[in-house]
Amino acid sequence: METFLQFLFSGLTVGAVYAIVALGFTIIYNASDVINFAQGEFVMLGGMCTVFFSLWGLPLPVAAVAAVIATSLLGVALNKLAIEPARGANVVTLIIITIGASIFLRGLAQVVFDKQFHRLPSFSGDTPIDVLGATLTPQSLWVMGGAAVIVVLLWYFFTRTTFGKSILATSHNRLAARLVGINVELVLLASFALSAAIGALAGILVTPITLTSFDAGTMLALKGFAAAILGGMGNPLGAVVGGLLVGVAEAMGAGYLSSEYKDAVAFVIILAVLFVLPSGLFGRRGTERV
Amino acid sequence: MPAWLMQPRTGGLLLLAAVMVAVYLAAPNNFYLDVAIQIGLNAMVVVGLNLLIGYAGQISLGHAGFFGLGAYASAVLPAQLGIPPLAAPFVGMLCVGLLAFLVARPVLRLKGHYLAMATLGLGLLVFMVLTNESQFTGGPDGMSVERLRIFGERIGGKDWWYLITSVMLLLSVWLTLNLIDSPTGRALRALHDSQIAAQVAGVDVARFKVIAFVYSAMLASLAGSMSALYSGFVTPDKAGFLHSIELVIMVVLGGMGSTFGGIIGAAVLTSLPQFLTVFAEYEHMLLGAILMAVMIFLRRGLLPGLLDALRQRQPS
Repeated sequence: METFLQFLFSGLTVGAVYAIVALGFTIIYNASDVINFAQGEFVMLGGMCTVFFSLWGLPLPVAAVAAVIATSLLGVALNKLAIEPARGANVVTLIIITIGASIFLRGLAQVVFDKQFHRLPSFSGDTPIDVLGATLTPQSLWVMGGAAVIVVLLWYFFTRTTFGKSILATSHNRLAARLVGINVELVLLASFALSAAIGALAGILVTPITLTSFDAGTMLALKGFAAAILGGMGNPLGAVVGGLLVGVAEAMGAGYLSSEYKDAVAFVIILAVLFVLPSGLFGRRGTERV
Repeated sequence: MPAWLMQPRTGGLLLLAAVMVAVYLAAPNNFYLDVAIQIGLNAMVVVGLNLLIGYAGQISLGHAGFFGLGAYASAVLPAQLGIPPLAAPFVGMLCVGLLAFLVARPVLRLKGHYLAMATLGLGLLVFMVLTNESQFTGGPDGMSVERLRIFGERIGGKDWWYLITSVMLLLSVWLTLNLIDSPTGRALRALHDSQIAAQVAGVDVARFKVIAFVYSAMLASLAGSMSALYSGFVTPDKAGFLHSIELVIMVVLGGMGSTFGGIIGAAVLTSLPQFLTVFAEYEHMLLGAILMAVMIFLRRGLLPGLLDALRQRQPS
């Protein structure tokens, strides 16, 4: 029981990060129909920028805020410089562009920062908390709590504010949104900035636990994508549930089966979902975009 | 110029062969020959992959996995099962072909980003198996490969391998061009333009996608085996994500749907890092920037783009 609980905690912690990455995918996908393969790089940049900004003398909270802002700006630049000029291109072209962006950002991190693994100090100490015989680190609570706050804020933003609603409207029908006077360009810009910002936040929260390096993004993107399609592509609730499920499945797989193959769990989930339940747990049935 | 010379199958192949001879004669030392061999091996993979991406319109981000399996086939089979090194590439190619055939149908049912992710996942699974099963594969450090012997003579020199690679590349290009000109090729092109239209016209969409997938996987495996035998050493990196991406870049850089363009793409991308070692640190940034720039500004790739420009200059 204790070991099960232990695996569950670590699964929920990484799962919270996957959920945020999946939400990032969802926001951009809904606004622009683009799957942004550079989503994992936003998480990596959040962690790496914070590490180096604080090494360069900024206090940790300031470094974190600066990292989120820097990552959002990169997200905006990605949209302006690479996605917008290719408007109307087919899916394969857009995939290749965002993969190019992902490799470029990795290379940028490698040149600007370095190739080492880095960690941040835990935000509130390392004294473990005992829960029913299993231990929970304070940083895990930060990650789960932070993810929960992000989810609630996003929910509020999308359902209670005019700008959030205009993003939703654009995702349903871009032309109709433009006709009622929504600035579609601004919406696309905002969705990239938002998606980058929450990715960076997740990266900052989780770096004290998992460490980070310039190439950490690829795996995160894959697992976030697995989460997004498990929940049903385009569905925010699905993204969150999918993220937690992928995280828990991975932790259980690592604990009970084989830790060497823990990264394989996400792919097995991707393949299984795609073959058995292509629209995911919460996806709308039969809504294929042609 | 006679019309038959302008056909890709005759003129193009002759030109390619002429370039190969010229490169051999002009190469000042073994370093250049080595680069040329690497280009040839990558070009073999790209020629097959182009059929899948450029003609059938199906992306694969996992072809380095097949390349890696081929490479390890020529390393593991002789070492563990005593299969002679000359037979190992072909045994490996058959196994990879079978594997590709088994996964092709479910995977190729997917479209767009789903297909990209599924193939990426497959490639990474191969990478993980090669890295983790260290009792067979030597783990992350890789393993050495028994050298190739033909009639008792050790095939190790660069001249020999340049000859072998050139012949194999010419053969693969010839085979691929034939395939493109056959009813299969027409069906594949129809697929690329519109799957639904192709289906309505009576093309067995699934079957042709599987053909392109298996064919490209087997070519990748063969090239992988040859590269392992040539270098005498394999590491799991050959099956890695980055290698898969490099292969895709070669295809789109040279021009999707242009077999000779793919070879040019392979040549540019393979030789750039060799001659720009000063920029080694910036390799990732360069790769990413090239990929984005080509897709935005030169969507049809180098060779088709250049040919278009030439045609516009001399209207006929």
